[in-house]
Amino acid sequence: MMIKDENEQILLAHGGGGQLTEELLRKHILPKIHNNTLSKLGDSAELNVSSNSLFFTTDSYVVKPLFFNGGDIGKLAACGTINDLSVAGAKPIALSLALIIEEGFEISLLEKILESIGQITRENNVDIVTGDTKTVEKGAADKIFINTAGIGIKIANADLGIDRIAAGDKIIVNGTLGDHGMTIISQREGIKFESQLKSDCAALSDLTCKLLENVNGIKFMRDPTRGGLAATLNEITKSSGLSVIIKENDIPVNKTVQAAADMLGFDVLAIANEGKFITVVSPEAADEVLSTCRKHPLGKDSMIIGEVKTSSNVPVVELETKIGGKRIVQMPYGRELPRIC
Amino acid sequence: MIQKIKKAQDMLDATCKAIGRQVNIMEVCGTHTVSIFRSGVRSLLPENLHLLSGPGCPVCVTSQGYIDIVLELAGRDDCIIATYGDMIRVPGKEGSLETKQSKADIRVVLSSEDALQIARENPDKQVVFIAVGFETTTPASAVVVQEAAKDSIDNFSILCGHKLVVPAMRALLSGMNNKIDAFLCPGHVSAIIGYGAFREIVDDFKRPCVVAGFEPLQIIDGLAEICKQLEQGKPELKSLYGAVVTEEGNAVAKQIVNECFEPADGYWRGLGKIEISALGLKSEYSKYDTSKQFGLIEKSSEEIGGCRCGEVLCGLIDPTECALFGKKCTPLKPIGPCMVSSEGACAAWYKYGQHGNK
Repeated sequence: MMIKDENEQILLAHGGGGQLTEELLRKHILPKIHNNTLSKLGDSAELNVSSNSLFFTTDSYVVKPLFFNGGDIGKLAACGTINDLSVAGAKPIALSLALIIEEGFEISLLEKILESIGQITRENNVDIVTGDTKTVEKGAADKIFINTAGIGIKIANADLGIDRIAAGDKIIVNGTLGDHGMTIISQREGIKFESQLKSDCAALSDLTCKLLENVNGIKFMRDPTRGGLAATLNEITKSSGLSVIIKENDIPVNKTVQAAADMLGFDVLAIANEGKFITVVSPEAADEVLSTCRKHPLGKDSMIIGEVKTSSNVPVVELETKIGGKRIVQMPYGRELPRIC
Repeated sequence: MIQKIKKAQDMLDATCKAIGRQVNIMEVCGTHTVSIFRSGVRSLLPENLHLLSGPGCPVCVTSQGYIDIVLELAGRDDCIIATYGDMIRVPGKEGSLETKQSKADIRVVLSSEDALQIARENPDKQVVFIAVGFETTTPASAVVVQEAAKDSIDNFSILCGHKLVVPAMRALLSGMNNKIDAFLCPGHVSAIIGYGAFREIVDDFKRPCVVAGFEPLQIIDGLAEICKQLEQGKPELKSLYGAVVTEEGNAVAKQIVNECFEPADGYWRGLGKIEISALGLKSEYSKYDTSKQFGLIEKSSEEIGGCRCGEVLCGLIDPTECALFGKKCTPLKPIGPCMVSSEGACAAWYKYGQHGNK
């Protein structure tokens, strides 16, 4: 047995429940995400909550590359689940963390990933209260897969639902679109824009809680991750039977993101975001929502990008283009591929 | 910008009104097609101006026979197939690279250099680069073939499917579709071959040929210039793409292509076999020719039943006239190549909707 390797790389035995598992936990995992509940290492975590309305969500993360400008898979896993709770109108209170690690994965990289998770959870007062670590043989997973589940308590004032959306409501986004997706794609494809692109990966709970606790008239929120704004707006039209019109001139997009998307033939509206939400608010609430967002670091580029309207025929998402033309924004259909020339 | 657009639009309106009949302009480049749809240009055009999306999307014009060869290669476990992205979804007789259970390792690359690099890193595998595209991508294929020869990389070859734009335009006007009134010529291709290459279309067929850039204003200006020529009955060759496009084109790129490739007959989807409309590797580079290496011959292959991509590519019908469009054939489950490529006419019609599609 090579002791040196044991220190540097994940071995199958690290998931075997024995001494190595214990060592991995105590030495490499717990110090990064420590809190009182977790350190009891019970089979389940006990949570004391006052609310009688809880939100519960889960998501798995299999991103490649693991590390990218603006974050890593750990930050994504923590933010993603926090955001899923946040846009549902909940204040996140606890997360679970499950790791599936490929044999041979470097422990120093695992520590970096856990460091990111620890940082996000500390900053947002959400504890990792329970977890699990499994190792699989080489080739059975791609380096590391992460699952997080999260529990949140309902924000008293929040009353969100796609059924509340009505014609005339305004659509607001808290900043530039497409940053995360284009960063990942560019890094994956080794494109030179890479250095200027940065993922927007961030936990939204602080901002969404401020909004939902203080402003009335917020009807719906969603984080436009995979499928981007296009997917979120199409879900709204499909579920509500109403149409949506957005103005290209009002949609915030980072110039480099636009350039990279144009070069590869991608539509920024269909690109993933990891630190953004779309909210639909009553017209009376729009100004207050916008000003509250803009005061927050994660909302300084917020814009009203469009509004909901009754549909004459089939409900559609319509874009008024920069030149005053019009076109439809379709539901994206899965894997976008770079074009030939 | 809105004012400039409005001005160009007004001019276009007035000219089209003066022409007083339906005007059919074909944009030959897939990038134009997408830009026209994405920017909403179509919704701003006069009623009697009909835009046809021509055979300018590399994926769309690739013949069924070529795809079948690619799929045959995918059945070999000694191969790595390096391909531009949208090619992996084009269906052949037995599925596509995306759906077929391939024995070969399929890698999506953004450049021919990436493909050659894969060959360097995998000396025990045969790396085949799916070399499709028009004059814009041909120089990149030529560069890697020369580089492979120089560095004696013997496990690399290209499956040459490169095509030439002008012969296709000639073929269309020579009988397949004579209702085309004019061409909005491709900006990227012109940057390589020079806008002078389109002069023969103007001289021989008396059709206006105008090269334009890809910004909405450039496109509308291009259309306005074409309509002005049609109204005056004076077809001309003109480039509105400023310094990007010269009459002679890019001499270095043209030379490198000439060193590696020679004109050959080509099979086009929808258009069939067109004489001297493609490029083949010269005999001194035959070692890097996948077809020769593996003894593969492109057969004329029947296209999938009911699919009218061929007619779409010739500008004979709009995508919505195909019975499969939006029903059996969608971007999620494409039947024809025009629905596969993001630059395909059918995909653009589907994705960007019905606004002003006339």
